[in-house]
Amino acid sequence: MSTTSAAPVPPGFVIAPQLPDLLMPVKIRRGAFGFLRNHPTVAIGGALLFCLVLIAIFAPYLWTVDPTALAPAKRTRAPSADYWFGTDVLGRDLFSRVLFGSRVSLTVGLSVALLASLAGLAIGMVSGFVRWADGIIMRVMDGLMSIPPILLAVALMALTRASVGNVILAITVAEIPRVSRLVRSVVLSLREQPYVDAAIASGTRTPMIILRHILPNTLAPMLVQATYICASAMIVESILSFIGAGTPPTIPSWGNIMAEGRALWQVKPFIVFFPAAFLSVTVLAVNLVGDGLRDALDPRMAKSL
Amino acid sequence: MLSYIFRRILATLPVMGIVALFVFSLLYIAPGDPAVMIAGDQATPEDVERIRQGLGLDRPFLIQFGSWLWHILHGDLGTSIFTNLPVSALIAQRIEPTLSLMSLTLVLTILIAVPLGVVAAWKAGSWIDRTIMAFAVFAFSLPVFVVGYVLAYVFALQFEWLPVQGYTPLSNGVWPWLQNLILPAMALGSVYTALIARITRASMLEVLQQDYVRTARAKGLDQSSILFIHALKNAAVPIVTVIGIGIALLIGGSIVTESVFAIPGLGRLTIDAILRRDYPVIQGIVLLFSFVYVLVNLLVDVTYTLVDPRIRY
Repeated sequence: MSTTSAAPVPPGFVIAPQLPDLLMPVKIRRGAFGFLRNHPTVAIGGALLFCLVLIAIFAPYLWTVDPTALAPAKRTRAPSADYWFGTDVLGRDLFSRVLFGSRVSLTVGLSVALLASLAGLAIGMVSGFVRWADGIIMRVMDGLMSIPPILLAVALMALTRASVGNVILAITVAEIPRVSRLVRSVVLSLREQPYVDAAIASGTRTPMIILRHILPNTLAPMLVQATYICASAMIVESILSFIGAGTPPTIPSWGNIMAEGRALWQVKPFIVFFPAAFLSVTVLAVNLVGDGLRDALDPRMAKSL
Repeated sequence: MLSYIFRRILATLPVMGIVALFVFSLLYIAPGDPAVMIAGDQATPEDVERIRQGLGLDRPFLIQFGSWLWHILHGDLGTSIFTNLPVSALIAQRIEPTLSLMSLTLVLTILIAVPLGVVAAWKAGSWIDRTIMAFAVFAFSLPVFVVGYVLAYVFALQFEWLPVQGYTPLSNGVWPWLQNLILPAMALGSVYTALIARITRASMLEVLQQDYVRTARAKGLDQSSILFIHALKNAAVPIVTVIGIGIALLIGGSIVTESVFAIPGLGRLTIDAILRRDYPVIQGIVLLFSFVYVLVNLLVDVTYTLVDPRIRY
């Protein structure tokens, strides 16, 4: 039967051939550093974001001057050794304004991500657990989601005084439906899991089930969602400021600086260029972190997207 | 099929009702006195009182909401506080440029994004795939106005191939109309292209692993008919869904794009209304766009049954 010369094989049996080493040895990297090496996009995005946070915090000490100081005699100077990014229509130093502008973007992005996640988590939980409320809440969320986010924020800003706080609130309201839908869908699928059934059968109270079984499992998808919300909030803030419905003109923000440079952009493109570049890099950094986290936390999605 | 479409239309009515209720209630939910807010800092008490009566804020909430809704159902979106013209007339004046921009963007985007996604899925893992996906990540992160300024700077100011800004009505000829809209449409479509290319690739990857694709290859069909006829048709449902949802991006983005390229459309109307805090106009625009958005997604739902006969309701 078998042609191998080794130990005799009883008739009717077949020896499995030796398998070659098909799989390369996998090097498992552990710890935070290992995680970053396995997910380079998180490392790159995180490093960029870290720099931007440092810039935002230490803006007053980074060779900047008062970003609101007017100098009409030095209007619209091109970038030079004295004015690294040039000056705007009112002679204000653009380098200082752009650096200080990072504060608004980062504040808005992080606050909206945090507030929308918390509110969405609460609403999604109620909707997933309280049967009679689910229908009503989801219809309201459907309605809110039918209003394009920027327009919803515009309508809210038209009725309130322009301030960073109100911008944050307006964008948060527009982002809440997305989070609550995500949380609700996770809760509904988790409720079908055998271990949740087991917990219910053994008489665990609902708050305990939420705390021990539901909440930890919603954190991963919510974290990914929160990074994307952060990125989109930064874009919406700059758009609102750009069209005059956002951060008040007295506070330098990237959208504001671009709005002020809009009329002159064909002759003085640098006024628009620097805030635009900073905004793009920041949003890109946040999105890279989000993509990396998604790949790391949900390997099934990582393969397809 | 017909009864499904009918039920689906009925189901959008409560959603529209909630949108209307929400947009209307903002006047009452907003902190502070909206009449004072809208009148501005230099307003006299008489101005404030006039605006309060104009908005109907002196009447009970439910009665005012009822009469407001009644007027809307009859096509009356209210009167602008600033110009005293009917909001529907203001919108009608400005709708052509916005409609042109959005439909051109939609067509361009689908024509570019779907083939890109298909090719990326076909060549998954290759440098072509990597390039397309890297482009998608970048395009997804670049805000509309940044893309707009870069395109205008390169193609209009440096090369002078296309006009920098402005709009020519379609009645003046197709080419002048197109010339003014190409750059804005590319700027507006960049995020949308990235989104559709990514979902097309993901959906195609799944379909390309199926047995019938292997069978099609085995019987010697050429690659392009496998990809575009057999596979794409079965990958269409998620793509169509994202095209529908992405309309919200187009609507928000068109306001900014019009501002960058000085196109006199609904975006300009919105920005003017914000500066004057002309709430009835903003209300009308929000309602109109939300209605369009709901309608598009209704259309998308109905398209499912056409694209994929396996879906039955």
